[in-house]
Amino acid sequence: MTSVEEYQVMTGNHAAANACKGARVQVVAAYPITPQSPVVEKISFFIENGELNARMVRVESEQSALTACVAASATGVRVYTATSSHGLLLMYEILCWAAGNRLPIVMNIAMRSVGAPWSVWTDHQDAFTVRDTGWIQMFCEDNQEIYDTNLQAYRIAEDPSVYVPTFVNYDGYILSHTSMLVKLEPQKKIDEFLPPLKHHLNLGDMNVVMGVCPVTTPDIVKREEGTAPGYYEFRYSLQRSIENSIKKVKEVHDLFAEKFGRSYGNGIYKTYRAEDAEMYIFAVGSVASESRLAIDKLREKGVKIGLISLKLFRPFPTKYLRELFKDAKLIVVFDRDIGYGYEGILCYELKSALYQSKNRPFIKGYIVGLGGRDVNAEDLIDGVYRAIDLEKKNEYSEQTEFIGLKLDELDFLQEVVK
Amino acid sequence: MADKVKLYDIPEEEFLLPGNRMCAGCGLSLIYRTALKALGPNTIITVPASCLTVLHGMQGFTSVDKISVLNTPFATVAASASGIEAALEAMGKDDEVTCVAFAGDGGTTDIGIQGLSGAAERRTNFIYACYDNEAYMNTGVQRSGSTPYGSFTTTTPIYGKTEHKKNMPKILEAHDIPYVATSCASYPLDIYAKFKRAKEIKGTKYIHILSPCPPGWGFSTKDTIKMGKLAVETGFWPLYEIENGKFSLSTPSKRLLDPAKRKPIEEYLSTQKRFNRLSNEDIEEYKRYINQSWEYIKSKNLTTQLL
Amino acid sequence: MVDQKVYEIILASIQKPVVGEAGKTGSWSRFKPKIDLDKCSVVKMNKDVCHFCWLYCPEPIISRTIPPKINYEYCKGCGICAEVCPPKAIKMVEESEL
Repeated sequence: MTSVEEYQVMTGNHAAANACKGARVQVVAAYPITPQSPVVEKISFFIENGELNARMVRVESEQSALTACVAASATGVRVYTATSSHGLLLMYEILCWAAGNRLPIVMNIAMRSVGAPWSVWTDHQDAFTVRDTGWIQMFCEDNQEIYDTNLQAYRIAEDPSVYVPTFVNYDGYILSHTSMLVKLEPQKKIDEFLPPLKHHLNLGDMNVVMGVCPVTTPDIVKREEGTAPGYYEFRYSLQRSIENSIKKVKEVHDLFAEKFGRSYGNGIYKTYRAEDAEMYIFAVGSVASESRLAIDKLREKGVKIGLISLKLFRPFPTKYLRELFKDAKLIVVFDRDIGYGYEGILCYELKSALYQSKNRPFIKGYIVGLGGRDVNAEDLIDGVYRAIDLEKKNEYSEQTEFIGLKLDELDFLQEVVK
Repeated sequence: MADKVKLYDIPEEEFLLPGNRMCAGCGLSLIYRTALKALGPNTIITVPASCLTVLHGMQGFTSVDKISVLNTPFATVAASASGIEAALEAMGKDDEVTCVAFAGDGGTTDIGIQGLSGAAERRTNFIYACYDNEAYMNTGVQRSGSTPYGSFTTTTPIYGKTEHKKNMPKILEAHDIPYVATSCASYPLDIYAKFKRAKEIKGTKYIHILSPCPPGWGFSTKDTIKMGKLAVETGFWPLYEIENGKFSLSTPSKRLLDPAKRKPIEEYLSTQKRFNRLSNEDIEEYKRYINQSWEYIKSKNLTTQLL
Repeated sequence: MVDQKVYEIILASIQKPVVGEAGKTGSWSRFKPKIDLDKCSVVKMNKDVCHFCWLYCPEPIISRTIPPKINYEYCKGCGICAEVCPPKAIKMVEESEL
């Protein structure tokens, strides 16, 4: 039985910080950026207050933040960092380095739009931009989910069958600065779920000498002393590990559900009113949350629609989605991001995943809420109706459609043209 | 201050293995070989993209024995050392293990300066060693912030560099760290002594070592030692230490406080192809530059004597 | 089976120290140092009194012994030892003259 006293009211950022404390991270390196900053502030407080026995490296840039995490992880300790937007992009080089070195780093992305022009508000451009760096990537919809997913992320990333760094993403402000009830688990129970790190890299063990991450060549190297894989084999290994990690993601989610009594769909995606659905909304994070309201209203009107809120974005769960959508007529994808010059990133990833399906559903993508523009259920419903119409006529629009644009209200444009 | 070291004080034990990828007569090779002897086996070194990455060998095999190494992207060596040190502290091993960042002049004076400044400001307990071959040698001799005036590089191909080199030790001195030293490949005893001393001190230690580069500077491989000695003896590259603010000239440079004791700078400049189109005005500029840098050293020396 | 390979590749990112990582670097130059033992200080005095060749060698290929021994398999033939030898006991010669 849970009682109300076990819950605390906290923001998404503080839920993330509490998860780090629960995971007993040993080194944290981070640089402030809106809207991530309160995570680092809270962890600093935990450390200075003696609640968390960790070293905080208060670095001078995000590039240094992730580098310090890479080095600390390679030395053999559990590490954490968090960032947003431009900070994440400044880390880009080291994101690749962390993945290539197979370091089980966990990072929160408090998602935010990317300039120019400046915007501190949420969209998913930053997180989607780093999808090809070799990290596992998961999205959250509420603060409890942030806390729980962070704990799971360590167990997934540190599994010897995985050894892949992991992002846990949540919307800036919408979760990062919004207070919700979060249940914090007792330390003993977390320790049972998350054993201390056992790492393949352990520079700090002076009984073993290691040269880590050398220059590689296009081919393997054979010598009397042994054979060394080339760059190509390392890349193969990373790809296979990420592909295979989907089993571990699910397994860890199920273990967590069993131990703590909370689950998030099947750990890969969450569904809402999808049992008898003929059509679906497909989205992540804040857009998925808003879609729930839209679905309730559409259901009232008799539209048989359900939500698939994708939790695991990398590895992309192609097999699961093919099975899930095997009888679907229509999928409406709302992207809070753009693959510029193409369309919404989530939309084209889904299209690609379903291309080999026997029954290929009609997929209609929209761009919504860039730079924190409000995404409301009415706009989403409007999008769904238009998609239904297009599906009936089997019409594809050549141009990307934006929902919630206010071009009509921009009178000054007339002045400029004059 | 570093202790006086005699040749037979230096251990016979080698950490650099024969048959490595360094060019014949490489100054860095000699610096690294000597520095590793001073650092000893309980050391973790982190290395950014540089000739030193190449020395550490390809793929699964390395020419460095008994010492753990972490390679890291170009701009990040000081942050990498910060991470290693934080982890060692978390493991309770920071007293027994020495953490070292070893980078070239590009990785230090240019792309790596922000990380280095940050690590020094945070009082990170590590040794930062910069081997200075005065250009981006590993990518084919491009101009760096540490390239000296008038030097031809592949990105200053016609006029030569029009600015003097960045005085990195002075920048680190301004960070008020406990140990700043300069050294040169041609003085292995000096290198050994300074790494030994740096290892004993807690906090950020910075050692900047001039590293003559036969292909990059344009001289014969046999003359590496001679080039470094000329750099010192002409007064172009003074060897000194600053420990807790106390400045001391190292033996090879001590007598050069007297300008008459300095060899003419022409002896240094005329023996390297990179300087082969210097005009008389350029040489005069060099003389002015050397005098000016020694005025600073004199004032440092004087202040220390008054302390 | 594949998974095991994947895991082994992760572990194989760690380097092993080897002699001759770049191959037999002795083949890089046809000139090699030759020590004239009649002139070499440590040999003449039978005492550790010099060993500049050992100190200044950028490669660890000269031993600090009496007499100093040169590992020709890996000597790159830079000629530094001949330059720094105080009694000028080392000469760079064609490999065939060794």
